[in-house]
Amino acid sequence: MELPQGLLYTAEHEWLAVDGDRGTIGITDYAQDQLGDVVYVELPEPGGRVESGSVFGVVESVKTVSDLYAPVSGEVLERNERLDDEPELVNASPYGDGWMLRVRIEDPQQLDSLLSPQAYEEVTRQEQRGGE
Amino acid sequence: MRALALEGLHGEAGARFAPFAGWHMPLQYRGIVAEHTAVRTAVGVFDVSHMGRASVEGPGAAERIRSTASYDVTRLSAGEGHYALYCTEQGGIADDLFVYRLEEERWLIVHNAANAGPDYERLAAAVDGAGVRAREVTGETVMLAVQGPLALDLLAGVLGDAVSGLRPRRVAELAWRGGTVLVARTGYTGEDGAELVTDAGRGAELWEALLAGGAAPCGLGARDTLRLEAALPLHGHDIDVTTSPREARLGWVVTLDDGAAFEGRAALERLAAGPPARLLACIRLESRGVLREGLPVHAREGAGAPPVSRLTSGAHGPTLGAGIGMAYLPPALAEPGTPLAIEIRGRALPARVVARPFYRRPRAG
Repeated sequence: MELPQGLLYTAEHEWLAVDGDRGTIGITDYAQDQLGDVVYVELPEPGGRVESGSVFGVVESVKTVSDLYAPVSGEVLERNERLDDEPELVNASPYGDGWMLRVRIEDPQQLDSLLSPQAYEEVTRQEQRGGE
Repeated sequence: MRALALEGLHGEAGARFAPFAGWHMPLQYRGIVAEHTAVRTAVGVFDVSHMGRASVEGPGAAERIRSTASYDVTRLSAGEGHYALYCTEQGGIADDLFVYRLEEERWLIVHNAANAGPDYERLAAAVDGAGVRAREVTGETVMLAVQGPLALDLLAGVLGDAVSGLRPRRVAELAWRGGTVLVARTGYTGEDGAELVTDAGRGAELWEALLAGGAAPCGLGARDTLRLEAALPLHGHDIDVTTSPREARLGWVVTLDDGAAFEGRAALERLAAGPPARLLACIRLESRGVLREGLPVHAREGAGAPPVSRLTSGAHGPTLGAGIGMAYLPPALAEPGTPLAIEIRGRALPARVVARPFYRRPRAG
């Protein structure tokens, strides 16, 4: 499972890349693997807002539907429109072309509550143990 | 939870498991879409040993089976199989099943896993006595479905040329490596192919021979998307005790003209006298999204009104690249072309009734 070191994570399997006050959000390699073939992604439009810990969208795979949770609060600057026609990018490149949203990070303090790669890896390990 | 005889081999093939009808079943191996595509374009193999299997033997078995099944199975020749229903006294569908006449007085009956217990009791109650005996053989056999345009070629290579002469719905028992493999040219994917039954002890060898011959291992995930594209109903979802055969468009497996008594006959005769109040229809989403069982279905113009129905099945159809589902609709709304709206997370998305099935395989030649 790919787990880039430079990112922050949520227990709900989103990642956040921070660049100044801009954040890019997607779902983790573990999440896309658990979901299986992604066939639809529903995201908010630019100009909208996301709230830390709240649902901002939905990802549907062939077998299931899963809510997306915002790691931080802020205005939506951009959504990945390529996912409209190529939702499978979420599977193929969860940290790259399969990114979902760019937001303006309002409160940098919210970053403190996000998980390090090591802490997130522990979350996935516990989930896998629970699933067996 | 019951484990498949071949569970270890499924693990080796990369299966992810999920519980289904009391069984620990492979949900997927490489991925549902890849497996679905393998069956549509090449060949895949499913372990469907969870299906309930019963053998029935003895003089007069045909009439006894007929006394509980909706279809007149007495018209089957040895070596022929047919789809049938078990109905309730109210004319609902207790289960759907496949009946194979292996020899004049020897039969194999295949039930859904979820209903296998009550189905077997029903069958045994109907056939046992006077030299006819039912026997449950689920645990001592393995059942593999080999499906796809290359399935028959693969099976001819593995089991021998006799497979090539087998016509649709026909069944034969072939000698293989010191034992027997039952080969039925049937399936649940909308593709050509066959279903195989053999001794549990020979199952591993057969599975490995099929994989070595190029079959992609496929799980229940792909089985569901394939059968839905083919508009094949799934009991407990599209059909159940509250749905009648005709509204499910299964009137063709109810035989009334032979006069034979069978459970549900009186109710089915009454239902046959008038038009069905609703019909199971194929629905295709016209915007992006995925259809799921239970979603509310609206007439396109009446999207604000209460739903006219709910989806009995729904999925992303990988071959169609669209959300697809089925629902019971009033006959006036069940015509292909009728505009509908499906409510997904509070939004009404445009959808349309389309001709059944969603997918029909290209005929060779």
